Amino acid sequence: MVPMIEKDVVIKNRAGLHTRPAATLVKLAAKFKSEFFIVKDGVEINGKSIIGVMTLAAEQGSTLQLRFDGEDEGNACAAIVGLFERGFDEI
Amino acid sequence: MTALNEITLHGIAAAPGIVMGKVFVYTKHVPHIDEKAISAEDVEKEVERLRNAVIRSEKELQKILSFAEQKIGNSKAKIFEAQIMILSDNVLFDSIYKRIRKERKNAEFVVHGEITKYQQLMMNSSDEYMRERAHDVEDIKNRIIRNIQEQKLISRFEGGSIVVSQSLTPADTILFSRNEILGYATDMGGVTSHAALLSRSLKIPAVVGLKDVTSHVLSGASMILDGYSGVVIINPSEETIAQYKRRSREMAKFEHGLNDLRELPAQTTDGKLVELVSNIEFADEIRFTKTQGSHGIGLYRTEGLLMGRDTFPSEEEQYREYKSIAEKVFPNKVIMRTFDIGGDKIIAHSYEEENPFLGWRGIRVALDRPETFLAQMRAMLRASARKNIWVMFPMVSSLKEVRRAKALVVQAKDSLRAEKHAFDDTMKIGVMIEVPSAAVVTGDIAKEVDFLSIGTNDLIQYLLAVDRGNDIVSQLYQEFEPAVILTIRHIIKEAHKNKIPVSMCGEMAGDPVATLLLLGLGLDEFSVIPYVLPEIKKIIRSVPLREAQKIAVRAMKFSTVEEVKEFLVGHLKRVAPDIPLPV
Repeated sequence: MVPMIEKDVVIKNRAGLHTRPAATLVKLAAKFKSEFFIVKDGVEINGKSIIGVMTLAAEQGSTLQLRFDGEDEGNACAAIVGLFERGFDEI
Repeated sequence: MTALNEITLHGIAAAPGIVMGKVFVYTKHVPHIDEKAISAEDVEKEVERLRNAVIRSEKELQKILSFAEQKIGNSKAKIFEAQIMILSDNVLFDSIYKRIRKERKNAEFVVHGEITKYQQLMMNSSDEYMRERAHDVEDIKNRIIRNIQEQKLISRFEGGSIVVSQSLTPADTILFSRNEILGYATDMGGVTSHAALLSRSLKIPAVVGLKDVTSHVLSGASMILDGYSGVVIINPSEETIAQYKRRSREMAKFEHGLNDLRELPAQTTDGKLVELVSNIEFADEIRFTKTQGSHGIGLYRTEGLLMGRDTFPSEEEQYREYKSIAEKVFPNKVIMRTFDIGGDKIIAHSYEEENPFLGWRGIRVALDRPETFLAQMRAMLRASARKNIWVMFPMVSSLKEVRRAKALVVQAKDSLRAEKHAFDDTMKIGVMIEVPSAAVVTGDIAKEVDFLSIGTNDLIQYLLAVDRGNDIVSQLYQEFEPAVILTIRHIIKEAHKNKIPVSMCGEMAGDPVATLLLLGLGLDEFSVIPYVLPEIKKIIRSVPLREAQKIAVRAMKFSTVEEVKEFLVGHLKRVAPDIPLPV
């Protein structure tokens, strides 16, 4: 088994995962070497792709599953989950 | 030379202001894409073409971004930053480069195919915002393709024009604004489109959703654009121009004094409080209604949910939308109108109706398709936890329809109860009075419901047998026709006899000339487009109720439209001299 981190997060900011938060998320993800995927309603998209993240109609209150895989997956997970918990600093 | 015909077109008021000038018709460059095979030795050249196109696209967008930052501020300019980020999206471009090399296809063909996939995902979304974003992605796709084909962007033209276009992207809106654009008029778009939001930020008057304005004008034609009421006039006469010049001056002066009104109640000088609320179609409009000083929503047109789709949204999708609207409006109330569509809008049926206005519409469709109606009722009930949702049915023409619709509401409640869903069991139920037969039997209907809402647009059309869209007879559509006033009085009286409130959500509720009359007739709630709300509030706040009542009694003594209008305009000028009169 390849180790991998999975974590569920809830969208807290009012606007949901719209253009601005999507840009913030992708920029942060780019800082890590690990692969980063987001799963919503069974659809998996690459969390480092802005156009992919933009297709997620993830509004306030919805749950996303995050997957991190790579050498710095622990740090990547902590940073990105933190961003979701702060509501993308938009609350 | 004979004078050209004056043509008036109605659209959606997207950004306020009145401008007059020459039209510039902007035809969007739609790239032509052929699928071409590339020889093995040329593949790297093709990759290079794309790389260069991406670099050029980025330069263009950087220019737009820095211009947008100066004009509208950093946070709003962020939408262009997202477009620039797409250009450096490695996940996307890796797959594009891979396909060019592997399939040996031309760059524009592969770019088109790959980006369209994402666009499709956005278009399938139930979220209005997301579907608008698909247009932004379309913009970036076309920009890359145009640059692959090494074509130049036209963004400069004669200053001082009103830009007329099928649609406008945010980038178009920003770029054009460098040319001292007077205003924007587009066939497509809603108040929530990015272009509409940007026009408001740029303070450029705009009317969108005009459907076919591009087919009515050529560049160089003269036009008046009224971004307050969502109207454009092509080839205006000297007289019309003079009227609009006056209206423009009055509106500008009036807007100065509006800020003080926002927090104040809509209350007459002798203390009678009336409800002053807004009409909306999308959740995004709620914020604007609040800045205009609205105390709730008197008409939420759920048809907004059906835009651009060919199936009804699921109960779940509807529930989420209704819940978010109810939350945003809380602690005020929102009156949600069940789908008011002609049957052919969403359910393909082979029979083409000769008279759709007298055909299968509104509650008639709902009662014939109870499964759709039940899903909508369940969604509204489930979203009603805050107890601030009221529901109303459109196009009711008889008591029987009201009873049948109410029976379906009971059925929806029973099914929710069985599934242990929470809902507001006391949710208020009302009907629109917009069909003359319903107006006549208002007293009977009032006994069955919690409130009424007068839909003047249809009521006047049906009562006077005038199709507003038919130029030959449209001048006969008159809200001050004595028959219309007597009908409104009858509706309000019958409702009050049965101790239920009456709202009005048609255009008449937002006509300043009608305000004193409606107030005097006892209307409990005015539901208007957000732009006119401060004017109506100001009028209500400038008279005692008993004076409005006297005005209403006297207005009913006249026998022609002209007399009524002159009388009402006279009183309006007297009690609220600074209200700009509509043309």
